Amino acid sequence: MNDLTPTREQRTAALEGMGCKRKRVEDIRFTQGRGNYVDDVKLPGMLHGDFVRSPHPHARVKKIDDSEALKVPGVLAVITAETLKTVNLAWMPTLAGDVQMVLADGKVLFQNQEVAFVVATDRYEADDGINKVIVEYEALPPLVDPFKAMDADAPVLREDLVGKTIGAHGPRKHNNHIFEWTVGDKEMTDAAFKKADVTIKEMISYHRTHPSPLETCQCVCSFDKIKGELTIYGTFQAPHVIRTVVALIAKIPEHKIHVIAPDIGGGFGNKVGAYPGYICAAVASIVTGKPVKWVEDRIENLTATSFARDYHMTTEVAATKDGKVTGLRVHVLADHGAFDACADPSKWPAGFFNIVTGSYDFPTAHLAVDGVYTNKAPGGVAYRCSFRVTEAAYCIERAMDILAQKLNMDPAELRLKNFIKAEQFPYHSALGWEYDSGDYHTAMRKMMETTGYAALRKEQAEKRAAFKRGETRDIMGLGISFFTEIVGAGPSKNCDILGIAMFDSCEIRMHPTGAGIARVGSKSQGQGHETTWAQIIATEIGIPADNIMVEEGNTDTAPYGLGTYGSRSTPVAGAAIAMAARKIKAKAQMIAAYKLEVHEDDLEFDIDGFRVRGLPEKFMSMKDICWAAYNSVPPGMEPGLEAVSYYDPPNMTYPFGAYLCVMDIDVDTGVYKVRRFYALDDCGTRINPMIIEGQVHGGLTEAFAIAMGQEIRYDEVGNVVTGSFMDFFMPTAVETPHWETDFTVTPSPHHPIGAKGVGESPNVGGVPAFSNAVNDAFSFLGSTHIQMPHDFWRNWKAAKDLGAVA
Amino acid sequence: MAKTHVTMKVNGAEVEGLVEPRTLLVHFIRENLQLTGTHIGCETTHCGACTIDIDGMSVKSCTMFAVQADGSDIITVEGMANADGTLSALQEGFRMMHGLQCGFCTPGMIVRAHRLLKENPSPSEPEIRMGISGNICRCTGYQNIVKAIQYAAAKINGVEFQEAAE
Repeated sequence: MNDLTPTREQRTAALEGMGCKRKRVEDIRFTQGRGNYVDDVKLPGMLHGDFVRSPHPHARVKKIDDSEALKVPGVLAVITAETLKTVNLAWMPTLAGDVQMVLADGKVLFQNQEVAFVVATDRYEADDGINKVIVEYEALPPLVDPFKAMDADAPVLREDLVGKTIGAHGPRKHNNHIFEWTVGDKEMTDAAFKKADVTIKEMISYHRTHPSPLETCQCVCSFDKIKGELTIYGTFQAPHVIRTVVALIAKIPEHKIHVIAPDIGGGFGNKVGAYPGYICAAVASIVTGKPVKWVEDRIENLTATSFARDYHMTTEVAATKDGKVTGLRVHVLADHGAFDACADPSKWPAGFFNIVTGSYDFPTAHLAVDGVYTNKAPGGVAYRCSFRVTEAAYCIERAMDILAQKLNMDPAELRLKNFIKAEQFPYHSALGWEYDSGDYHTAMRKMMETTGYAALRKEQAEKRAAFKRGETRDIMGLGISFFTEIVGAGPSKNCDILGIAMFDSCEIRMHPTGAGIARVGSKSQGQGHETTWAQIIATEIGIPADNIMVEEGNTDTAPYGLGTYGSRSTPVAGAAIAMAARKIKAKAQMIAAYKLEVHEDDLEFDIDGFRVRGLPEKFMSMKDICWAAYNSVPPGMEPGLEAVSYYDPPNMTYPFGAYLCVMDIDVDTGVYKVRRFYALDDCGTRINPMIIEGQVHGGLTEAFAIAMGQEIRYDEVGNVVTGSFMDFFMPTAVETPHWETDFTVTPSPHHPIGAKGVGESPNVGGVPAFSNAVNDAFSFLGSTHIQMPHDFWRNWKAAKDLGAVA
Repeated sequence: MAKTHVTMKVNGAEVEGLVEPRTLLVHFIRENLQLTGTHIGCETTHCGACTIDIDGMSVKSCTMFAVQADGSDIITVEGMANADGTLSALQEGFRMMHGLQCGFCTPGMIVRAHRLLKENPSPSEPEIRMGISGNICRCTGYQNIVKAIQYAAAKINGVEFQEAAE
């Protein structure tokens, strides 16, 4: 060796593999405005389509007159449900087993529902056409309050379901009832409550909100009549699923459908499902023979495509007098809007809400969820969340604080007393999950030590005394959240979408010069997959990440995958990538053995190549092996170096975290200040700490928005009153708090690289931390639970209701 | 609809076009000039994805008609890189500090930060936060955008960038 021989550290660093804060390859194009988003796609002769929408939340459509619209210069067609019926597309299936109107068929069921689709030569002319379509409505009584959905005299919303007593998920109790889903042991849970020293009961609501990525939903559909092929560019988090859905409902052979998801401007669950705009643009392209673009505007996005949450959770906890939990009972009333368009794995009508026992060792629990229809937009998507996990985490984390208050115990102490212990993993929860790994006590104690939790409680006690003496008008709250996530959907034994198992996939092809391409079934919307996927491969096979190009989103070239949502990319696609890389490595080892003239068992992998055990000078780099794969493979071996892996995960992964929010609230104005927010996340093995931190910052900011004001609200007659960024809280840099991040590492035992996923953890864990801070601040004034969102006005109202403000 | 002839300078080049009186400037830039780096996020002047620089001011181009920009000097994100094609201090700062994720707000954010640093070459953190408050980001939580702008300011001012401790 001489001075020029790189050290092991230098060789490892040159790979920029796992654990490295690799700068993102995507940023080169994004910082220069050279991304390629759907609205940047322009095809020759492309037309624009846009919707006539209903001003009514519930009305009969008596007549649609498009004669004046068709006279508008540039308007080529007006598509209605009658047009769609000729191709059997007036209704479309939803992911939740329901059906949804593509265009109003006889009735409208929510404000801004799609009524007609105007196709014109540009977007301005389409808008001119919309203004000339005359729709005659007969208003019907709206159903807005989900608690009244199953009243005997409630209006009939879904006339298509009248008389159907069995829905996609079992019996229906009322025409506005969608499903009842129950899990757990009711008898044992009821018995635990009978025996309990202490119980609490609270109706905890998680309000309706919206993922609202900065880029709205959009598509360009282009039908080639000669070839009979349909190409769709779209904002799709799951492009392969979209292709299959189109094949099933439009009866076009699947190989003649090309779905391309280019760069996507954020998704957060909004871009998982199929929307009427996609169907209408495709039909319009078939009708006109030209490409048709549909771009949703922000008001349409907020009011029509896919809300999130709207869960009303009546929560009861049973405990001993010294604070050991003995039972959990939850009933959820779930407002699904006009159609059940929840984006959950097909067998899970309430997603994975049965993770509601959280981080605690509940001996028994029982859960029942009733889904109902109302005159609101359809959806129920996982807004930066794995299928209702954020609702579950909010429910249990609020409940633990309420129980602590009743027991007069510190909420941190109550949590420490009830955590699942490190030695209990793999842990079987009362509601049926097998938690893979965790060390909750260590994470919680690290949070408490780092933040100086005890001192903060002391300060709070002094502030409360000062408040009572009239020396201050500020109240201080400490919001703890200790969440357990369930992500990485999922094992084929219990997860599918429309019958397709929720695996994911990777294909790696190494070229002769030691560079290669990896194509993956996931689809980044900002998570930085082009950067991190290459890091996994770099570490696994010893080729620099810079030499691996990652490609996603084109269904013609990428292997079939179920897409990116619910923090599933790293747990599922990330595993597929590692497994494909290991196949490459296994073949590389055989080639190296042949070239080095040893048995392959005599070789060991050493950072960036194979070395003969005991003979360190006999080494063959992966780069050289790539070359050899194309010119001198062992006799009988096929040339080339490529591999495909389809990964069916054996279990979900269970990331967790300990968060603390310190908040001060001025009772006279309701104005709050987040003094400090600390987030400790354990997502198992960390692939790129820079990107993890970025994900945590972003998720916390979304959690902050939701907890402190972001809401899709309807007035009593069914008008959406939060239809733009003026009314829908979207925090800017000024309101957004400063974030402190930290971590522990508890690898997943079943994942090839031990990674668990992180994208949505901060949203799942963040919301309860903010809400618990507000509730903790007010608790000494006599409140037990104040509903979110905690905006200034509601804080002031809470202070007033509690008698703290005259 | 009758069209009006407009001329303007965009990223240093003289351009012209025929526009309807109602054509929004952002559509003229994206559709006529094919400069698609400027994005549309809300069309109601809230999100700032369409921010461009007009005659030395940050402007949301979804809320200005193309005819109003007749004769003006415009810079879009496509005009932000250094003359030799390398990333500008701001573009580099956004990459180094992980100041972007999906990239959709990034063009507007960088163009806005460019003007902010012209107005105030050494802004404090609160000044940066206030200075970009017309631009919404859904991904980053802003903290790394603040660092990206601090990184760029240091580089432009020729001083060493010191990342603030958490």
